[in-house]
Amino acid sequence: MSAPRRITFPHMGDYWVPLKRIAQLSGADVVVPPRITRHTIDIGARYSPEFVCVPFKYTLGSFIESLEAGANVVCQVCGGCRFSYYAEVQEAILHDLGYEFEFLSFQGGGNILEVMLEFQRKAAPHTPVPKIAKAFFDAFRMAEAIDEVQGRIRRDLAFEVETGSLRRVETEFLRQLDATTTPRQVTELRQETMRRLDEVAVDRPERPLRVAVVGELYVVMEPYSNSRIENELARNGVEVHRPLDLTTLIRHSVGHRKHIREMIRGADPYVTRHIGAEGTESVARTLAAIRDGYDGVVHLKPFGCMPEVNAMAAMQRISREHTFPILFVSCDAQSAEAGLRTRVEAFADMLRIREAGVIDA
Amino acid sequence: MRRGFLGVDVGSISTKAAVLSEDGEVLASSYLWTEGNPVGAVRRLLEEIEPQCAACDVEVVSVGTTGSARELIGAMLSAQTVKNEITAHAMGTLSKNPEVQTILEIGGQDSKIIIVRDGVPVDYAMNTLCAAGTGAFLAAQARRLNIPVEEFGERALRSTKPTRIAGRCTVFAESDLVHKAQVGHPVDDIIAGLCTAIVENYLNNVGKGKEIRSPVVFQGGVSKNGGVVKAFSEALGCDIGVDENGHLMGAIGTALLAQRSGREAPFDFSVGSDEFETRGVDCGGCANMCELVLATRDGRLIDAWGNRCERGLVRAAALVESA
Repeated sequence: MSAPRRITFPHMGDYWVPLKRIAQLSGADVVVPPRITRHTIDIGARYSPEFVCVPFKYTLGSFIESLEAGANVVCQVCGGCRFSYYAEVQEAILHDLGYEFEFLSFQGGGNILEVMLEFQRKAAPHTPVPKIAKAFFDAFRMAEAIDEVQGRIRRDLAFEVETGSLRRVETEFLRQLDATTTPRQVTELRQETMRRLDEVAVDRPERPLRVAVVGELYVVMEPYSNSRIENELARNGVEVHRPLDLTTLIRHSVGHRKHIREMIRGADPYVTRHIGAEGTESVARTLAAIRDGYDGVVHLKPFGCMPEVNAMAAMQRISREHTFPILFVSCDAQSAEAGLRTRVEAFADMLRIREAGVIDA
Repeated sequence: MRRGFLGVDVGSISTKAAVLSEDGEVLASSYLWTEGNPVGAVRRLLEEIEPQCAACDVEVVSVGTTGSARELIGAMLSAQTVKNEITAHAMGTLSKNPEVQTILEIGGQDSKIIIVRDGVPVDYAMNTLCAAGTGAFLAAQARRLNIPVEEFGERALRSTKPTRIAGRCTVFAESDLVHKAQVGHPVDDIIAGLCTAIVENYLNNVGKGKEIRSPVVFQGGVSKNGGVVKAFSEALGCDIGVDENGHLMGAIGTALLAQRSGREAPFDFSVGSDEFETRGVDCGGCANMCELVLATRDGRLIDAWGNRCERGLVRAAALVESA
């Protein structure tokens, strides 16, 4: 008799809540991957090729932690760069390490609807498609709720009167979100949380510094991997906006080609063809930030990320031609947090000095 | 008694201090090696600064710290201002060269570029991941050649035909350097080649994509090396300004920031002899295993850092309590 199936997926941000909902469709027990810590990346880096991009190392480490916690079915998706090869290579590495498991990879062609059908075929063959579609839609509602709540916190964090008051609301929200069972409960919780956030005392200056964070999806969305740069920006009094989250990623995956065409138009004349993964988006979103009157852009990429390296060339030209400040940050397994703090503080200072026209303490 | 403002810049290799008068004149200064012990270096620094202040009848009323040990030394000196070295350098340089448009800076392990337009810093970049284009690179090669790094500039300027050295990476450069020496290139040419390599590395990494406009000011410890100054001048096709106080710009900048902060408290040089101690402990509150540093004065916790969340500070207080 074989062991009961226990399914898992990689950890990224707080999206384990909706991903858990989807994984439950398989009928297997869900092993929620532990939060990313030093241990995750240490173990992921130990068994990864040295020069692979860092999301590979994080997700591999995340799988190992879940396998150690008893998972035996591992899910991974694929994307438009080296990400396309993650699944095969990670499966081989985990087998070489002696783990016994089933590996499910979802190619999806960048489209959430195809991923859904593939999920039904591979992970939940006995569940009818309408039921799968409904669970995916419910999970999407949860992702939307997370993104709305966290989008607001990102904007207000620098100005909260009592340190920690916003994060307290967030923690409570995430706890309750995991306990919801219907889309109506999700909607109610979202509205209730937004009301509670409205009530948190926030002391926002008349014209705060506003920065948009763009770049590669994993290091943008997993705070551990970018040394919690959003908190660091907030600590320096900066209002943070993030055009990239799971909601936008899923929306754009439906009609992906159209989305790419729009992004190329948005990146014109600095990029004239798609440069892979979120590279084109990074350029288009930088130009959008300039148009929308932002004070600066922070660009996050895994060290050696080809699409984002492509984007950087265009972004450097934009920065020069528009005299627009961009902070480029490379994320890797051995990130030096002290160095990052220095850079973020100097960046915020520079934005403030530009605004005021004088250097002040 | 005149009022003075003390700026302390504690870098990885050297530690600098400057005391400024109210109109920005340097009244006292000191420059010495950090030698991996920033607290000890600052103690020695204070011993050098105190008699200079006494000689010109100055009372320090505000303190600013900068450099990679700014938090540690800020806690030790109870500084009014703790500022990153990029802002401090921009501040210091602009006070001396209001016309500057580009600031090049190469220190012990950091290198940076600050782009200034109309007296305001508008862009900057700093080296990442690699120390190839920095003072540490030159120091490593100096050891290999068994020549004091201070003589590098003079010897480089004697060369008429710099040897080409690969500057991408310290390890590559070193094997290239050994090879060039073994096939008979004169040492002066090799040193000049190293100076060119450092400049190429800098312009290709830190300076990549930046519009470098004249007037250009070059500072940091490596700006004392005439060979590197010449290599910059040739690569950029313009004059390179090097201020005699170029190595003090971070300290001057942070002293100015301390002055502008308006926060004042009489500074007592005896803090140097207080029982100021730091020790590292693993937080152990979660799997992150943050390495906390606890700073204590006379057994009392005055600061702690290295924690990723609030739990670390609670743990720090508990650890000191139990000690």
